[in-house]
Order: sequence, then structure tokens, then C-alpha cells
Amino acid sequence: MARFGRQFLADRAGVVGLAILLLFVIVALTAPLLVPHFEVTPAAGRGNPDLAPPSAEFPLGTDEIGRSVLAQLIWGARISLFIGVVATLVAVFIGSAVGVTAGFVGGRVERILMAIDDWFLVIPFLPLAIVLAAVLGSSATTLAVVIGVTSWAGSSRLLRAQVLSVKERLFVERSRALGAGGWHLVTRHVLPHTGPLILANAILTVPGAILAESTLAFLGFGDPFQPSWGKMLEGALASGAISLDAWWYYWPPGLCIVAVVLAFTLVGRALERILDPRLTDQPMSR
Amino acid sequence: MNARYLGRRLFGALGMLAFVLVFNFFLFRIIDSDPLAKYRGRVLTAEKRAEIIEKFGLEGSKWEQFVRYVRQTIRLDFGYSTDTGRRVWGVILELLPNTLWLVGLSTIITVSLGLWLGAKAGWRRGSRFDKISTGSSMLLYAMPEFWLGMLLLVFLGSRTGWFPTGGVRDVAGDPSGINALVDRLHHLFLPTLTLVLAYLGSYSLIMRSSVLETVREDYLTVARAKGLRDHDVMRRHAVPNALLPSVSLIAIGFGYVIGGAITTETVFSYPGLGLATSDAIKNNDLAMLQALFFLSSAALIVANLVADLLYGYLDPRIRRPGR
Repeated sequence: MARFGRQFLADRAGVVGLAILLLFVIVALTAPLLVPHFEVTPAAGRGNPDLAPPSAEFPLGTDEIGRSVLAQLIWGARISLFIGVVATLVAVFIGSAVGVTAGFVGGRVERILMAIDDWFLVIPFLPLAIVLAAVLGSSATTLAVVIGVTSWAGSSRLLRAQVLSVKERLFVERSRALGAGGWHLVTRHVLPHTGPLILANAILTVPGAILAESTLAFLGFGDPFQPSWGKMLEGALASGAISLDAWWYYWPPGLCIVAVVLAFTLVGRALERILDPRLTDQPMSR
Repeated sequence: MNARYLGRRLFGALGMLAFVLVFNFFLFRIIDSDPLAKYRGRVLTAEKRAEIIEKFGLEGSKWEQFVRYVRQTIRLDFGYSTDTGRRVWGVILELLPNTLWLVGLSTIITVSLGLWLGAKAGWRRGSRFDKISTGSSMLLYAMPEFWLGMLLLVFLGSRTGWFPTGGVRDVAGDPSGINALVDRLHHLFLPTLTLVLAYLGSYSLIMRSSVLETVREDYLTVARAKGLRDHDVMRRHAVPNALLPSVSLIAIGFGYVIGGAITTETVFSYPGLGLATSDAIKNNDLAMLQALFFLSSAALIVANLVADLLYGYLDPRIRRPGR
């Protein structure tokens, strides 16, 4: 475990990613302390100039109804990270369950599960998420579940492959000979081996979930009372911030999305490099 | 080609399509199933009620409704837009050509450019070209497609005035002939550039991995031992084999013709199926959303089928009996 920590710290890209991640997590968690929630409600805009450039009072200017852009940016971090993480948990949970079951049970069950997996891989993600969100509603939790349900397909194959390779190994046969049942094999042998890979895969799934959330928010889904980076960009577009060149409105949310996505990607790839040296493309020394 | 392989793939595709129908029906008729709800509390004559029931296909048991739904879908009758009242299929047909232009053009460019970049990066793994290309791909992936569009809109559209900021053609004048084509391309430039930049990274990374895997194969060592120059080895042996998975990708890229440009069309107010989707969301036009979901899924199912068959045709190893 300590060796793992040292290996990770030696990976420069991974450390940078982790630092950025920690920054955003801290901001998201302390948002209520930094900015009162009132600032992001429509009422807060009253009396303020609309689409005003940055000033002492509004470090990132105001949006089209006079609210502080910085306040929305800070609160938006909460929604993006919350939905990103919850959606990933849902996706990884479903994917792992399907993958492990398919790999372990085999036969007809495996074929059916892999057919379902195929279906989700083929169907275009955005239209599927749109119809689900349109019918089921767009609260933060619902959206997280919708995104999770539409993105689990990739993880299950990975897990199934892992389970299949573990199944072959001798110690599993020996365990079985000693009378070990399926559950024991899964929890004591399969999961410890595949756990780290599930983790790396999960971390690499978060970027997709965050991009998905920002896209759905941009299209109009999402709790109307919670700001989100995607919604801010939609506001920027709809209010003419583009033609009026209100750069303080359309640059920051986009940059935040990019930063968080890159951070998770860097950390996830660093983990992959440590866990599976065969995946390494660059020389190990950095 | 092996008839069994073809048959199996075809059966699989039909099965997926059937599941889309079941899924749609389940979602829209069972979960959200009462268009009459908004009339509650208002006076509803017997005739009006019958009219609504017929329009939304609510007569009969759930099973009868489902059969009717399947029949209508096969006839391309997707009902009426709950927003404009027009026939959904009519609206879709009208907007389809615009989206075809956009997605067709951008897919061709993205695939060609992506494959070239990926092959070059893979062939010279670790080189500066490779590092820059892989790094930029990662950066572009992290940028939401619509944000990229907005930035391009600002820098090349509203600030400089080089390109129009929306629409598909110039409404003021009424160009015809070659001028119409130029005008269309002028309006297509920014949305196409957005899509190309957004997806360039994926294609180039996949081609790169494909080349990296091929490079380890033995037949390349043989080619080199024969004395072929490096460039020839790449061109005549490595690339054709590395292209195999890419062929599938190209087919699938075209499969996104219906559902692939939703946010880009929205940013540029480009009147295509993507903008229609965006409007349907804003107006809660479930009939339109349902139809668009079905069509975009169908397009991808067909594209995947074509990709599978192409791959099977090009790579005999896949077709062996028992697969």
C-alpha cells in the first residue's frame, strides 16, 4: 500500500490531476461557507447590472439577470461533481454486477447479459439519456441515475474478462475442491484481484459522466434551482453573451469542465499505469 | 461470405431494433401514459375525448396498443408533434438533408484526418509528434462539444465576422446555383469544424492503438528483413492491417447521422434534426423525442451491422465456422 502511494507520487501527471481534483472537491464541499445559496437564486439578481464585466463586487461579472457568475461557478461545482460521482457509482455497480455474473455463471445467462450489454453499447447515448430524462424528470439524483444507467456497458466487459481469467487459475480449482462456494470465490479471490482495476476504470468513467451532465444541463435538463456549469453555458448562449462578448460568462464554466475532466483522466491513467505495466506506453521512468 | 455469419448478425440487429420498440413503448406508454391528464378538470365532450384517444392510440388493451405502435412505426407514422401539431415524420424528412450535409461532411473529414494522424503517431511512438498529438486529443476530449462550438462562434463568427453565426443559408439574398452551394458551405464551416475537432481525437487515438498492435506482428519483421524501406513497410503492410478496426469505426461514424449533432446544431441554430431535438426538449414534445430516439437507434443498429459485415468480409479470420 505504501509502495503504491510512492509509485503514484512519482507519476507527475497523476499528482497534478490529483491536486486539481482536490481543489475542486474542497470548493464543492465548502460552497455554502464560501457563498450563501441565496446568491444563485434568481432573486439575487435584482438591482444588479445584467451581463456586467468583472468588478470588485463581482469578480467574474454578472449573468443575464444580474447574479454573480463566480457564485454560480462555485455552486455549479457541487452539482457537477455530485452527479459525476453518483452516476459513475451507478454505472460501475451495474457493470460490475453484470460482468461478474456473466463471467462466473456463464452459459445462457452470460449470453443474455452480453446481449443486453451489446444493446447499450450500440444505442446512441445522448438520445437515450434525453428520452429517459424527459420521462423520468431531471432532479440531480434522477439525472445521475439516468447517466449511470446509460453508461455501464463498457465496464462490464472489462470485469467479465477479469473474472474469466481468474476462473482459469489453479487456486480457484483448489478452493473449489475444498468445497468453496461461488460467493466465497467471488469475494475472496475474484474481487481482490480485480478491485484495483475496477477502481481505475471507475475513475476513468467519471469524466464521461461529468461531460454527460454538462451536455444534458446545456440542453435544458437539471434542477431549475441549482446552477450547473452546463446550464451556465446555456444561459450564456441564450442571452447573447456570445455576440456581446461577455467572456466572463462563457469562459469560466467551460474551463472548469475541462479542468475537472482532465484531472480525473490524469489520475485514472496514472492508476492504470501502476496497476498494469503492460498498458504502459511511455518508459516507466519520468 | 458465410451465410451463417450473415444470418446471425442480421438476426442480432433485428433483435436490437425490436428491443428499442419495446423500450420506447414501455417508457412512453406505461410510465408516462396519460395524455388525457392535462384535460382533467375541464369539460370534455364525448367526441373530443374519442378524438384524443384515437390520436394518441390509446384504444384497446396494452397489447393491442403495442401491436398498433409497431405497425405504425413500420409505416413510419410517428404521430403528431405535441408542440406544432404537424406530422412528426414530415418534420423529420424536411430537416434530414441539412443534418446529412453536416454529419456527412464532418465524418468524412474527421475519419480521414484522424486515421492519418493516428497512423503517424502510432508509427513514431514516443516522438514529439506523437506526444503533441496524443496530448491534444486528450485536451479536445475534455472540452464539451458545445463549448468548443461557442468558442469558435466567438472567434471566427461574431468577433471577426468571417463566418455566419447561425442558420443554414443566407435569408436576405436568395442565391441559386453555385452561389447557393457556396453559401451552404459557408454556413456549414463552423459547425463542421466544431464536430471535426470534437471527434478527431477519438479516431486518431484508436488508429494509433491499432497501429501499435500491428507493429508487434511478425510479418512486419519479415518485410523489414526483406529489405523494404520503413515508409513502404508502413504503407503496404502495417497500415492496411491496422485499418481493419477503423473500417468499422467509419461505418459507425456515419451511423451517428441522426443523433450525432444535437448540441452543435443548437449552438449554431442550424435547422437540422439536432436542433429539432433541442426544441422538442424545451417544448416537452414527447412524440418528436420518441421518434428521434427510435430513428437514431435504428441508424446505429444498421451502421453496426454494416460495420460487422464489412469487417467479416475484410478479415477472413472472423468468419471461420464456429464463430
